Amino acid sequence: MVSREARFLATDNIPALLRRLGNTYRVFAPVKVSDTIVLFQEFAESAGLALDEQTTLPPKELLFPQTEGLVSYRYRKDAEDLEKSEVQVEETLEAPPTIIFGVRPCDARGLTVFDAVFTDGQWRDPYYKARREATTIVTVLCTQPESTCFCTSVGGSPTGIEGSDIILTIVTGGYVAEPVTEKGETLLQDEAFTPAGDKAGEAGEAREKVSVERELELDGIAEQLLDIFGTDFWEQVTAKCISCAACTYVCPTCFCFTITDDTTGIEGSRIRTWDSCMFYLYTLEASGHNPRPTKTERYRNRIGHKFSYHPTSYEGMFGCSGCGRCIKVCPASLDIRQVLREAKAHG
Amino acid sequence: MAILDKLKDGVQRELEGLEFVIGWEQGYDPLHASPLFIRTPGDIDRLIWNPLCVHNLASYLPSLKGRRVGILLKGCDSRSVIQLLQEGLIKREEIVIFGIPCRGVVDLSKIKSRIDTSQMRAVSLMDDAVVIEIPQGREEIPLDDVLATKCLSCQYPTPLIYDHLAGEVLPPQRPTEVLYKEVEVIEELDVQDRLAHWERELDRCIRCYACRNACPLCVCQDYCAAESRNPRWLSQRAGVSEKVMWHIMHALHLAGRCTDCGECERACPMDIPIQRIRRKINKEIKELFGYEAGVNPEDTPPLYTFKVEEPTIQEREW
Repeated sequence: MVSREARFLATDNIPALLRRLGNTYRVFAPVKVSDTIVLFQEFAESAGLALDEQTTLPPKELLFPQTEGLVSYRYRKDAEDLEKSEVQVEETLEAPPTIIFGVRPCDARGLTVFDAVFTDGQWRDPYYKARREATTIVTVLCTQPESTCFCTSVGGSPTGIEGSDIILTIVTGGYVAEPVTEKGETLLQDEAFTPAGDKAGEAGEAREKVSVERELELDGIAEQLLDIFGTDFWEQVTAKCISCAACTYVCPTCFCFTITDDTTGIEGSRIRTWDSCMFYLYTLEASGHNPRPTKTERYRNRIGHKFSYHPTSYEGMFGCSGCGRCIKVCPASLDIRQVLREAKAHG
Repeated sequence: MAILDKLKDGVQRELEGLEFVIGWEQGYDPLHASPLFIRTPGDIDRLIWNPLCVHNLASYLPSLKGRRVGILLKGCDSRSVIQLLQEGLIKREEIVIFGIPCRGVVDLSKIKSRIDTSQMRAVSLMDDAVVIEIPQGREEIPLDDVLATKCLSCQYPTPLIYDHLAGEVLPPQRPTEVLYKEVEVIEELDVQDRLAHWERELDRCIRCYACRNACPLCVCQDYCAAESRNPRWLSQRAGVSEKVMWHIMHALHLAGRCTDCGECERACPMDIPIQRIRRKINKEIKELFGYEAGVNPEDTPPLYTFKVEEPTIQEREW
């Protein structure tokens, strides 16, 4: 942390704060869009904030949009020789300064999985990198785990700070705000934040009280998944899977994409869109061969990637932050925790 | 003997000749059931039957063609099997059906819209109520308030096709008039408002295809036109026009085939009321051809056949 100087943010001051920040930034916060759905939406005072429940989708769309223009292009024929044409290409990168308010620690930590792959490793993704740098993450620490939460099993914490720029702890009348990064420190200069005084102590105590039971023991899971790769375990465990992409699209750490060209006449755009390892097309090769022809190979890859290949490539970091959304949305109620337990016990 | 005991007994007797029997087991919390693949007699104890058994297990059948399996079916689920048989997508002799007379299953989204179930401790299911224990206390909800919408107008509580029936034939208990209630509300909007309504609802679609993959009649699956790159029918863009287009494609491919099981809407992680689109088309099919999908294995779906003169379509008098 840059500084531990805590500030107080009264609940009543939040709308004014977000309105002021809206002059300089795009500001997103959780909004209840129907009885059961909470989404990050651009802040509008009329909408009201839904800070006390997990959002239906993580904020990844804001840093890694489901559809993203990479370049636009236009063909131009050579007037002298109609057989010839040239193509003009223009990069279309948009990364306006953005604040995401009301993120949960698991989702903020999910971004560190993206960071490892898209910004910190061998390859740099200029689109994600620009957006990540332009974005400030304001995280509300958790108080009550849901029945699907398992952040502590994958190395996270309900009061974790990884991936956040500011952390907010719920106290009487509002939140205690603490900066995690320089970006966060800058934001705390706003007049909505007042000296924390005694509230800082209250926040510390509140954090002590929160706990999420560590229900999975994942030591050695990376090797175990390789050991059972060729067994019938996978066919048995995936029998109920319907091979849709709900689990991957609600996942704060799933980052797979595909690139297609949308061409109309002589112009078009090359777009990057989310893709899912649960789809047949994901690994379909030009020859017609598909190395993952059924849901069994595809689901095995999903688990293998998150709990074996990813930690092997990225210093032990799981490709999972334990948010539990994949469990909640699965049309067959397939529980990734149960799959991991059974995988560990198999053979 | 209770329904569950009869089911267990039947499965026990048939299991040896089958690769597995598909039923339901308790899921990850007291409110969720999950499909169960019974492979050994030891698995039979895990079987459950109650209003949480929401999944239409017939959706698994097309991908199991060629294998001998058993399946538990509610009345509505049995219509999917009939439709699949009509289309030659499954073989009757490969399937042993354990039919269940059903009084209705819950819509979990209706429960979640009433109470916060994220820290729920226990659920008890009574004949006419669901009781949920949450940290704040005990919530009792009348069952009718949280039944799936399809159940409120159910005309087929007893499966229309089965080898074993776990219980007595149950006559229809529900009124038919309410079937199109929600559709009629949308029909009353003018065209612009109707489009605006659907754009607003479908804008939150994430193109995850849970609706497609959960659908028992969506049998193209891996070769779906919405994803096909060559030919490219639809952009992979997640814009509202692509989302609307996808849902229209899905619904039209189900015209005269959809049995109103509601798996599309149940599977949707964004709780979009997409069953209404299919219901609207079912209504049109009923009005045009006097046809209801999945009630008689001997029927030919109207769009699978051709008549020079359709009695209900006045082509020459336009």
